[in-house]
Amino acid sequence: MEKKTLFDKIWDAHVVRSVPGGPDVFFIDKHFIHEVTSPVAFLNLEKRGVGVLYPERTIATPDHNVPTVDQDKTIKDKLSRMQVERLRENCEKHNIELHDLGSAHHGIVHVIGPELGVTQPGMTIVCGDSHTSTHGAFGAIAFGIGTSEVEMVFATQCIMQTKAKKMRITVDGELGNGVTSKDIILYIIAKISAAGATGYFVEYAGSAITSLSMEARMTICNMSIEMGARGGLIAPDETTFNYLKGKQYAPKGEDWDKAVAHWKTLKTDDGAVFDKEYHFDGNDIEPMITYGTNPGMGIKVRGFIPTTEGMEGSNKSSYLKSLDYMGFAPGEAIKGKKVDFVFVGSCTNGRIEDIRSVAAFVKGKHKADNITAWIVPGSREVEKMAHEEGLVKILEDAGFELRQPGCSACLAMNDDKIPSGKYAVSTSNRNFEGRQGPGARTLLASPLTVAAVAVTGEISDPRDVF
Amino acid sequence: MAYDKFNILKSTVVPLSSENVDTDQIIPARFLKATEREGFGDNLFRDWRYDVEGNPKKDFVLNDPTYSGKILLAGKNFGSGSSREHAVWALYDYGFRCVVSSFFADIFKNNCLNIGVLPVTISPEFAEVLFKAVEENPKTEVEIDIDQQTITLLSTGQQESFDINSYKKENMKNGFDDIDYLLNIKDEIITFTEQKV
Ligand code: SF4
Repeated sequence: MEKKTLFDKIWDAHVVRSVPGGPDVFFIDKHFIHEVTSPVAFLNLEKRGVGVLYPERTIATPDHNVPTVDQDKTIKDKLSRMQVERLRENCEKHNIELHDLGSAHHGIVHVIGPELGVTQPGMTIVCGDSHTSTHGAFGAIAFGIGTSEVEMVFATQCIMQTKAKKMRITVDGELGNGVTSKDIILYIIAKISAAGATGYFVEYAGSAITSLSMEARMTICNMSIEMGARGGLIAPDETTFNYLKGKQYAPKGEDWDKAVAHWKTLKTDDGAVFDKEYHFDGNDIEPMITYGTNPGMGIKVRGFIPTTEGMEGSNKSSYLKSLDYMGFAPGEAIKGKKVDFVFVGSCTNGRIEDIRSVAAFVKGKHKADNITAWIVPGSREVEKMAHEEGLVKILEDAGFELRQPGCSACLAMNDDKIPSGKYAVSTSNRNFEGRQGPGARTLLASPLTVAAVAVTGEISDPRDVF
Repeated sequence: MAYDKFNILKSTVVPLSSENVDTDQIIPARFLKATEREGFGDNLFRDWRYDVEGNPKKDFVLNDPTYSGKILLAGKNFGSGSSREHAVWALYDYGFRCVVSSFFADIFKNNCLNIGVLPVTISPEFAEVLFKAVEENPKTEVEIDIDQQTITLLSTGQQESFDINSYKKENMKNGFDDIDYLLNIKDEIITFTEQKV
C-alpha cells in the first residue's frame, strides 16, 4: 500500500475534485472568522446574492482590534466599533455562532477554538489569519487564507488550493532547564530562516515535541508561518485526546470512542517520504530571543548579534537596515540591553500555561522600575482560570497590569501600542517594523525570558535570575 | 470580485530591493479597520512612505517621481507574514498589476492570484539584471506576456519564462476568480459533504 504522511491522509480525504493543471477543490471542516478579514467577504457575498452554505461550520469572535479595557462599554474607536458591529450583524443575519466580547468564551480565535474543543484531529481548518496554523497542534490541516477565500468558504465550504510540499522537522532529546517550546520554534526558524519552509507544510516530530503539552505544541505550530510554511502539524496522541476529552464540542460517549479510534490512525506511515527533512537536538536549544525585524533573526539570549561577514548586496543592506531600526550594531551582545515594555499574550503564548509560568517566575519578586508590564490573557476562559488559581494576585503584586482578552499589542490595532523607539520583549510571534506600533522595537522570546526581563529591566537569561 | 483582464503588460518598473518585505509594511494593521475594499492604495507602504506627521519621506521609492509603472520589482521573500489580502488590495488600488520577485511568500502569492495581481517569480540573476537596468535607466520598460509566460527586458531583449498553472492563467486572462468556479460545482460539493460527513 502507498505510504502516506499525516498531511497526505488528511489532505486527500478533503479533495472534492482536482482541477486539471490547477489546484484542488479543498473541503473545509471548520472556519473561524474575526472582525477584520470578514466584512468585505460578507459584502461581496451579498453583492453576488449568495448565502452561507453551512453556517454551522463557521465560528466567529472579535479579537484583533478590540480594546482590552472596559470591554463591557461601547468601543470608543469608531472604526473598530464599526467592524465589531458589522461582525455581529453578519453573524446574526447568516446564523453564525458568535463568541462576543464579554461572553464566556470570548478570546483570540486561535485560543478559543481549541478551548471549546472545536479544533479536532483530522480536520481541515481555515481562518482569515495566518496563525491559523496553531490548530495543527491537534493533528489538523490548518492554515491562513485571504478575504477572497473567506468568501469562498462562506459560499461553498471549499477553497482552491494546490497541495503543499511536505517537510518533517524532528527534534529529539531533552530540553534543558529554562527552555520552552517557544525557544524550540525560535531556534528552528533561526536555523532555517524566515523563508526556509515556504511552499511546505511541516510535520513536527521527535521526543522533544511529543513530550510537550497541548499548549506548548500550539506555540510551535502557531509560528510555522514565520518560516514561510503554509502550516505545521503534530500527530495526535494521548496528550491530544486527554486535552479534548470533555470539551464542549468534543464528541461524547460512543462517538468519542469512535473518534479516538479514527484519530489513532492519523499518523505518518513508516517509510512515507517527505520532500525535505530536518533533524535537531533538543539538548542544543537554549533560551532564545530575536534581535531584528523578522522572526528568523533569533539568537541565544547569551549570544551575539551576527556580524555582516559573508553578506553582500541587498542581503547586507536589508540586514543593516533592520539593525538600524532596532538600534543595535553587528557583533554586540544582546544580554544587558535596556527594555521598556514586556508583553505576555497573543495566540502564541497567551494561554493558561504561559501565565502560570510567568506567575511562578515572578512570585515574590517585582518588575523593574523602567518596565511597563502587560499581561493579556488569550481568552476569557484563561482570564477566569488565572483569577481562580490566584495568578492574577501574584502578577499584580509583582507590578504587572492585567488586561482583558484580545490580540492587543501583538498587532497594536487597538490602543495597546508600544511607543516609537521603545523596546518591548514580547511573547507574541512577529517582530516586524511597526508591528507593535509605529516605530516600536520588538524582541520575541518565551514567557519565561519575558518574566526574567520584567524583573531585571534588561535582556536576561531566565536561568540567571533567581 | 472580478478584476480587469490581464494580457500583455508593458510598463516601466518601480524597484524596491529590500528583502523580506512583510505585509505589515505593505499595509500596517492600523489601516485594516475598513469594512469595504476601498482606498487602501493611499496607505500602501504607509510607514515607509510617510513620516509620523504624514509628510512624504523623500528617500522612499514611491515618492520618487523618477520611478513609476504598473510593475513592482521587489526583493527576495516578498509578502511574508500576515495573510491580510488588504496588502494586495493596496497594491492593486495603487496601480500595480504585477509584482516581480525572485521569491514570494505563499499566502501572499495566492492572494495576488485571487484578485488579479500577477506574481512573477524570476531567477535571482535575472532579478539583478532588472534592478540594474532600472537603476541605470528608470524609463526602461519590461513586458509581461501571460500567454507566453515570459518576462522581457525590452531594452536588451533579455527574457525569462515564469510558472503559472493553466487554471490560474485562464482566470487571470479572463478576469475570473475561484469563487465563480466553485459556485458552478456547488452540487458536487454538497454531495461530497453528505457522503463524507
Ligand atoms: S494574537 Fe496576534 S498573531 Fe494571534 S491572531 Fe491576534 S494578531 Fe494574529
